[in-house]
Amino acid sequence: MERDKNFVLGVFEDEDVLLEAVAKVRGSGVKIHEVYSPFPVHGLDEELGYKRSKLPIAAFLFGMLGTCLALTMQFYMMKIDWPMIIGGKDHAGLPNFIPVTFELTVLLAAFGMVGVFMITSNLKPWAQPRIFDLRITDDKHVMAIDLATNAAVGEAQIGDILKSCGASEVNKKSFE
Amino acid sequence: MAHVSNYNLDQKFDFTASTKKALFIGLGIGAVLLILGILMAIFGGGDHGHAEEAGGHAFHWYQRLYANLWINNVYFTGIAVIGVFFFAIQYAAQAGWSAGILRVMLSLGNWLPIAAVLMIVTFFIANHDLFHWTHSYLFDKDDLEHYDKIIDGKGSFFYWPMEKGTFPIFYIVRMFAFFGIWIFFFNKLKNLSFAEDDLTGSHNWSVIRKWSAIFLILFGITSSISAWDWVMSIDTHWFSTMFGWYVFASWFVAGLSVITLITVFLKEKGYLEMVNENHIHDLGKFVFAFSIFWTYIWFSQFLLIYYANIPEESVYFVERLSSDVYSPFIFVNLALNFVLPFLVLMTRDAKRHAIFLKVVCSLIILGHWFDFFLMVQPGTLGHNGGFGLMEVGMLLVFASAFGFVALKSLAKNKLVAKNHPMLEESYHHHI
Repeated sequence: MERDKNFVLGVFEDEDVLLEAVAKVRGSGVKIHEVYSPFPVHGLDEELGYKRSKLPIAAFLFGMLGTCLALTMQFYMMKIDWPMIIGGKDHAGLPNFIPVTFELTVLLAAFGMVGVFMITSNLKPWAQPRIFDLRITDDKHVMAIDLATNAAVGEAQIGDILKSCGASEVNKKSFE
Repeated sequence: MAHVSNYNLDQKFDFTASTKKALFIGLGIGAVLLILGILMAIFGGGDHGHAEEAGGHAFHWYQRLYANLWINNVYFTGIAVIGVFFFAIQYAAQAGWSAGILRVMLSLGNWLPIAAVLMIVTFFIANHDLFHWTHSYLFDKDDLEHYDKIIDGKGSFFYWPMEKGTFPIFYIVRMFAFFGIWIFFFNKLKNLSFAEDDLTGSHNWSVIRKWSAIFLILFGITSSISAWDWVMSIDTHWFSTMFGWYVFASWFVAGLSVITLITVFLKEKGYLEMVNENHIHDLGKFVFAFSIFWTYIWFSQFLLIYYANIPEESVYFVERLSSDVYSPFIFVNLALNFVLPFLVLMTRDAKRHAIFLKVVCSLIILGHWFDFFLMVQPGTLGHNGGFGLMEVGMLLVFASAFGFVALKSLAKNKLVAKNHPMLEESYHHHI
């Protein structure tokens, strides 16, 4: 069976039931593809065993790039390309450059972080979103389980596990 | 599911003999260094003749002692009042996360009565050595050599309604008023918080919230004016409209660092079990964020003065940056109070682990002491100042005494506000 095509969906009404269900499902050896919820559920990341996001590293690197870019730009403009005397100060007076450096650091860190987030989360403008269940934007939590990665357990047994964990519905969803 | 009521909420801090001994050793080392420093200043004073030639005023060793007393008075008064301020903030903001560590914040306020006595006594003994504006000849229009038009213009701020150059009644009244207000609100909030231990429901919480809101308004005014009075008036000719904020920012970071250190210390001794790494993380975030806030204020003040380059403003930084004695400490100040917390506390892990916080908070406390050192010494001692045994000794004496007072008050009452309506919420705090 092909991966990432056929899913079993467990629909949950309550986030506390969901949290316990995630632990039980993972405990029974079933690998969860993803859990979708209409609002952030505290502790869900830990239950799913997700590692911490590496996004802050991207933010730091883009921030550093902004700092370097701003300082280079200002030194080039004010010292090399067109030296001007302003208020009797040195052409390359570092304190003068700090406000612009700060702003460009923040700007590039923010834009870089948003850009990296969109690319890594498949939020590109041309990306085709896969909707598992429309109600995840309203009042239902949905746990998606990939059938291909859990072939050893089998569809019927996954459904039973979900039911026993408190899922209000168990559905099947296939993507082309 | 775990509940906060599973823990022993009636626990009290046991101020053990070994902790007391450690503090007394700190105090003793400080006192020895202080006395050595004083002796060196008395017998080694090679600067005397030089000072008389240059300034006309002879320099005496006790001026440096008074300046040190003043630095530490102002600094530790600030840390003490920040404890009360941060406590009031928690109530005014209806904060739930901090319910487990409210008593730690409150414990800092116990230094306030001692600080009031020290500050007032020091002012009466040392006013002529610390504050140029206390000399009456500055206001005497017939004394052509000494009359100072600018200080005469500012005179009413100190002497009103008395005649300028006599007794600084307005200044003294303000000093009493600041301490009076702070101590009154500290006692009010403390009594209400401790009374809550025998009550249930949220009645006392609402009452504390009301008093907190009133205190915050008054603190906004008093913290700013006390900064002008106690610190900015040393450089009487000079002024900065950002000075109140600047001193407040310095106090706030130092106060937050002390709160964090005491919390981490209590946790290591096995107290405050319901306080976990999430709360420590939030305290770390506060220290990180307000270190950057302090830098922002410091740099805003510096940049405007540097850029406009008006002589009566820029003299403040010229005095410090062109001095052999003080210029290195400007960079020590920025390194300890900005670069260090910014780089070390940036990651999540650093804010959640006690070892990083212990190192960074201790260095920040030292760093902000340097900040006050740079505010007070150049204006009072000039080139006769410096960082020597007297400075280290006095800081150790004050820090040990402050720690002793704070920990002693923690041992007296329950460590946790056990009937705080948001204690359960605080326990489940998760970030």
